[in-house]
Amino acid sequence: MILPFDSVWPEVFMLFLLLSGFLCLYRIAKGPTAPDRTVAIDIMGTLMVGFCGILTWVTGRDYYLNIGITWALLSFIGTIALAKYLEGRNFDD
Amino acid sequence: MTETIGIILIAIGVLFDLFGCVGLVRLPDIYNRLQAATKCVTLGTCLILFGVLFIVGFGAAGARAVLCAAFILLTSPVGAHALSRAAHRSGIKLWDGSVVDKYAEIDDTSSVDA
Repeated sequence: MILPFDSVWPEVFMLFLLLSGFLCLYRIAKGPTAPDRTVAIDIMGTLMVGFCGILTWVTGRDYYLNIGITWALLSFIGTIALAKYLEGRNFDD
Repeated sequence: MTETIGIILIAIGVLFDLFGCVGLVRLPDIYNRLQAATKCVTLGTCLILFGVLFIVGFGAAGARAVLCAAFILLTSPVGAHALSRAAHRSGIKLWDGSVVDKYAEIDDTSSVDA
């Protein structure tokens, strides 16, 4: 069973993910406090991991998933570092 | 057949991502935004990666998709909890419609300006 308009689906999914990314950019630009912007940056990193997954499917090149794993790792480290900074503590407690 | 299952999983995941980001824009304060966006986007991205696993098969790329999904499932709640605790301790007020703040009752290291 093949869904109709089979080759259209990746473009539709990527357009929806780009719309989500622009919503995150709106929150980054407008967010009244610093943790709002940090949340939006974290969410946009997770969105881009899904985007790398869809790019793996479309192009057939599986190194995009390496980029996704690296992006998730760096986004997590950045979020933890910004949370520690906002909390006003050092990294060793 | 597996490609159809994968496309359906990716469609559900993309819709979860979109609704999570709409919640990130629409909700009133940092804590509501954080719980809406983190839960929806974590589940949506894991569904996208499992859909990719169904499409490309369990080879080298599929194993990496599973690894990436497991990593996001582990790290995203940790980051969200650290951020919410940091926001609470740095003195950001709750929304006016919030009815209870359990963390302020047990947290003895609250900020000086809260």
